[in-house]
Amino acid sequence: MLRDALQLTQKSNKNFMQENSLKVALKDIRAATARYPLVAMLGWQDVRQRYRRSSLGPFWLTISMGVMIGTIGVVFGQIFNTPMQEYLPFLTIGIMLWGFISSVITDGCVGFISAEGIIKQLPIPLFVHIQRMLWRNTLILCHNIIIFPLAFYATGNSLSLTAFLSIPGFFLLLLNLAWAGLILAVLCARYRDLPQIVGSVLQVAFYLTPIMWMPALLPSRVGLSILYVNPIFHLLEIVRAPLLGKLPTMYSWIFSVALAVFGWVVAIVIYGRYKGRIAYWL
Amino acid sequence: MALIDFQNVCVDFPIYNANGRSLKKRLIQVATGGQLGADPQGRVVVRALEDLSFTLKDGDRVALLGHNGAGKSTLLRLSSGVYEPSAGVARIEGEIVSLIDISLGIDPEATGRENIFLRGGLLGMTRREISNRIDEIIDFSELGDFVDMPLRTYSTGMHLRLAFAVSTIVRPEILLMDEWLSVGDEGFKHKAEKRLTELVESTNILVIASHSRDLVMHTCNRVIWLEHGKIRMDGEPDSVCHAYFGL
Repeated sequence: MLRDALQLTQKSNKNFMQENSLKVALKDIRAATARYPLVAMLGWQDVRQRYRRSSLGPFWLTISMGVMIGTIGVVFGQIFNTPMQEYLPFLTIGIMLWGFISSVITDGCVGFISAEGIIKQLPIPLFVHIQRMLWRNTLILCHNIIIFPLAFYATGNSLSLTAFLSIPGFFLLLLNLAWAGLILAVLCARYRDLPQIVGSVLQVAFYLTPIMWMPALLPSRVGLSILYVNPIFHLLEIVRAPLLGKLPTMYSWIFSVALAVFGWVVAIVIYGRYKGRIAYWL
Repeated sequence: MALIDFQNVCVDFPIYNANGRSLKKRLIQVATGGQLGADPQGRVVVRALEDLSFTLKDGDRVALLGHNGAGKSTLLRLSSGVYEPSAGVARIEGEIVSLIDISLGIDPEATGRENIFLRGGLLGMTRREISNRIDEIIDFSELGDFVDMPLRTYSTGMHLRLAFAVSTIVRPEILLMDEWLSVGDEGFKHKAEKRLTELVESTNILVIASHSRDLVMHTCNRVIWLEHGKIRMDGEPDSVCHAYFGL
């Protein structure tokens, strides 16, 4: 009898939810955006936590990243036989942005799981937790940025005006990461072994994406066609290319915009459908 | 104007065991087309609340009575909007503050002052509101210079006093509590009692889960008795308490 009642309630609930799911998702996201002071405070708090009882705080990550870039730069610069002046800035920006992208993705996986305490107690829009995670990682990226001028000027490069184009590029990247983080946070709250899968996918993506190796090194057209379908490549390009004084291809821009639109549509559908279930899954 | 309106509300908790929760198992289920459980979706469901209908309006001071596991906490969470009903419609209007866990969001490595902002922010106060009242909060908590020390250096009592001082500064339309908050030593307890009474008086709707007859008789004007997730009785404190506590 209980089962019958359950099925019945689930059925009637489904109709009710479908009509409202879009509204639910948009309302939550709007409400979360309105709470930006809370987001800013929580994000800062996360970064400040790393400074506690440590004078360098997040700069420790910067240092290890710097050392890594230096090492890879020297070794692979030799192997690939690319001039340092060209290779080091390329590698530096690539690793910095990759660090940002991969930590947003991995943090996105636990976006809701790690906020369980708050989610189960306080009626705060859930998207706040995703924004907090984005903001925290942006702040950490700002710490890492100091490697950039070091690598840049040490190799005798200089910035051109084109570099400003990387600002809209970065926002487009952020917009794309936001939907990816949102979808992952929802799915990972339900399926707890998904973060591990995402971790391995990221590792593969690191090697498939031109971060350590330059696209020009790819031997044939076959190799290049892999790049055209790699979303991370295009998202990297719209930020990285302007900083290196080049214009990203129109294709990269269009790909990134289309990806953002498509991704957000999917994210809103999924989020609207399952937002009400998240608290139950935690 | 605040309102809590429940129409045939049910809450079902899906129980995912370690296996049920994995994607792998889900994929294998799809692949083999078989189900291990009897449930069509292959999951166990616990019904925490069943078919609740009631309306709370301005002025209602509601106590939730019931044994452990009767659904009191679930009903509180449902009223705060944290849970959405699995079935039925829950309409909640008005600004809600839940004082179920007053220490939530407090960071032991941060100073007392930073924690005031953190906790206040989570409760929905703006930075400016907190700044305006921070002296009052510090004063009330009796922490003195300790307020600029990391929270991990605090005693349990100091910790609770700080959490209480911040959490009770809000004036929501709907207030949710799990038992009456009672913190600190004798002197502080008296002060806290007064503050909490003020807070309860200023709120439009109070919902409090309790096991204390005195509290219910003293504070509330309506009692909902839950048993196994259903409403056993809903009415005046006198009659419900008589039936629940006996005599």
